[in-house]
Amino acid sequence: MAQTTHPSGTGAPTAPGGEGTSRRDFLYLATGAVGAVGVAAAAWPFVDSMNPAADTLALASIEVDLAPVAEGQSITVTWRGKPIFVRHRTAKEIDEAKAVNTAELRDPQKDEVRVQKPEWLVLIGICTHLGCVPLGQKPTDPRGDFDGWFCPCHGSHYDSSGRIRKGPAPLNLAVPPYAFLNDSRIKLG
Amino acid sequence: MSQGHTSTFKNPVVKWIDSRLPIFTMMHHEYNEYPMPRNVNYLWAFGAIAAVMLIIMIATGLVLAMQYAANTAIAFDSVERIMRDVNYGWLLRYLHANGASMFFIAVYIHIFRGLYYGSYKAPREILWILGVVIFLAMMGTAFMGYVLPWGQMSFWGATVITNLFSAFPIVGDPIVTWLWGGFSVDNPTLNRFFALHFLLPFVILALVILHTAALHICGSNNPLGIDAKGPQDTVPFNPYVTVKDLFAVVCFLILYAAFVFFMPNYMGHPDNYIPANPLVTPAHIVPEWYFLPFYAILRAIPDKLGGVLAMFGAIAVLFVLPWLDTSKVRSCKFRPIYRQFFWVLAIDALVLGYAGAMPAEGIWLLIARIGTTYYFFHFLILLPLLGKLERPLPLPASISEPVLKGGGHVAAGATAKPMEKA
Repeated sequence: MAQTTHPSGTGAPTAPGGEGTSRRDFLYLATGAVGAVGVAAAAWPFVDSMNPAADTLALASIEVDLAPVAEGQSITVTWRGKPIFVRHRTAKEIDEAKAVNTAELRDPQKDEVRVQKPEWLVLIGICTHLGCVPLGQKPTDPRGDFDGWFCPCHGSHYDSSGRIRKGPAPLNLAVPPYAFLNDSRIKLG
Repeated sequence: MSQGHTSTFKNPVVKWIDSRLPIFTMMHHEYNEYPMPRNVNYLWAFGAIAAVMLIIMIATGLVLAMQYAANTAIAFDSVERIMRDVNYGWLLRYLHANGASMFFIAVYIHIFRGLYYGSYKAPREILWILGVVIFLAMMGTAFMGYVLPWGQMSFWGATVITNLFSAFPIVGDPIVTWLWGGFSVDNPTLNRFFALHFLLPFVILALVILHTAALHICGSNNPLGIDAKGPQDTVPFNPYVTVKDLFAVVCFLILYAAFVFFMPNYMGHPDNYIPANPLVTPAHIVPEWYFLPFYAILRAIPDKLGGVLAMFGAIAVLFVLPWLDTSKVRSCKFRPIYRQFFWVLAIDALVLGYAGAMPAEGIWLLIARIGTTYYFFHFLILLPLLGKLERPLPLPASISEPVLKGGGHVAAGATAKPMEKA
C-alpha cells in the first residue's frame, strides 16, 4: 500500500471491504463520541444548578382565608413570589363570564373549568404576554373592556373569568393549583 | 540564539524578553508600523473610543463590585450607600451608568460607519461577524447590569426580557424557570445576573482582541473602500493614527464628562429609584435607550412568538449582511442609490427608537410597524437587489490618486518617493 487516505500517513491498514476507512478512523469516532457524552454528563450539574433550588421549591404552598373578602372585592396574595388574584365575583360578573361563546376566544376555555366555586375566581396575576401584573384588583383600577383585568404594559384585556379577549397575550391568566379546605379557606399549591 | 525569536530591540532587558516571548515585536508591528490607509476620517476613531469605554467600564465596574451586594434584601440600599457613603462612590457609579450609554453611542456610530463604507464586505466578513457578537454580548451585559440596582425598572425589565423566552413552544417555560432559578424574578436571578455581569466584560475583551486580530490581517477599510496598493497609500499607525485617535478620544470623553457631571440621570428612568416591587408593575415599562429600536420591533408584531422572532431576527440579519449585500463596491461614495437608502435606514433606526419609547398604541404602533417593515425590507430585499441593479460610479485607481494629482498611481512606483514626506 503505497498510498493511504489517512492524513497521518502512517499506513494504517484498511478495513476489509472498506474504501479508505480504517480501524483508526473508527477509533477516532468512537473516542470522540464517548468524550462528547462524558462532557455532556459533566456539564449537566452546572446547568441544573441554575434550576430552582430545594428551598425555593419548599415555599410551595400557602393558605388563604376568604372570609373577609366581600362580594365584588379582590385580594392579592403572594405565592411562589408571584401575585395571586382572588376575586369574589358578583352575580353579574359570573353571568358575563358564562355567557361568552368559547368558540370566539383565543384560548377557548369555559368559565366552569376555570373555577371550583363560581363566586371565587383564583388566578396567577401575571400577564401571559411578558409577565407584567395586570390592573383591576383595586376598585379604582381600569378593568379593561371586559370587566376583568387590563395589562398596562402592552394593552392586553382579560374578562371576568381571566380569559384573554384583546391585545397581544396568547393565553388566559393561569389558574394555580388550589383546594378548598372549607367554605372560607383555600390552600394554594 | 539558534532557536527562538531574533529580536531587533536594543535595550538588553527588552531584547531578552522579546527573544523568548516576542510581545514587543508584536506590539511594534501592530501598533507602530501597522499601515493605515492615509485617507481615513474621524469615523475610524470610534473603534478606539469604544475600546477606551470598555476599559473604563471594567475599571469602574471592578471597584463598584467591591461595594455592591447582590441580594434582593439589600441590593437597592447598597447602591444608595455607594452614592452617599462610599468615597467617590457617586462618581464611580455615574461613570459606570453613563459609560454604558457612551459605550453604545460609540459602538452604534462604529456600526453605521461600517455600513456606510461597506466594511463588512470580503475579506472582512469574520471581522464584521465578531463585531456583531461583541454587540450581542454588550446587550446582554448592559441588560443584566441594569437589573442590579433592583429598582422598579430593573425588576420589570428583567421580568419582561426573560419572559421573551417563554414565547417558544414547549421549551419556553422550562427555560424561563431555569433562567430565573425559581418561579419569578427573585434573589437567585439577581445573584446569577451579577455573576454574569462580572464575567461578560472579560468575554467582550477577549472578543475585542480577536476583532482586532482579524482587522490587522485584512487591514483597515477606508472612505474610498478600495484596497491600499502600496506604501504611497498608507501611513504608519504611530504617530499618525495614535494621535488622531487620541484627539477623538479626548473630545468624546468631554461629552461623557458633561453627562456624568451635569446630567447624570438624563439617560436613566426615575422609576428605577423606586425599590423593586413584584406586585406593582410601573405604568410604562421602557428599556434603556440603546434597546429601543429592538423593543419597537418586538411590540410592532401583534403575535408574541412573532415579535420575539422579529426582534432576534433584526440582529440575525446583521450576521449574514456580508452575503446579503451583493454589490462588490464597498463605499457608499460610489453607490449613488444605496447611499440614499443608507440614510433612510439610519433615520428608520432613529424613528424605531422613538416609537419604542412611546406607548404601543395608535399612531406609534403604526409607525413602529412601518419602521419594522422597512428595516427588514432594507436588509433582505433591497441590499441583494441593489447590488445587481445599481450602476456604481467609477472607482479611483488608488487611495492617493485623487488627493495627489497624478501621483500614487499603481504603476507609478517611482512617484511614491517624494510622498514619503507627506
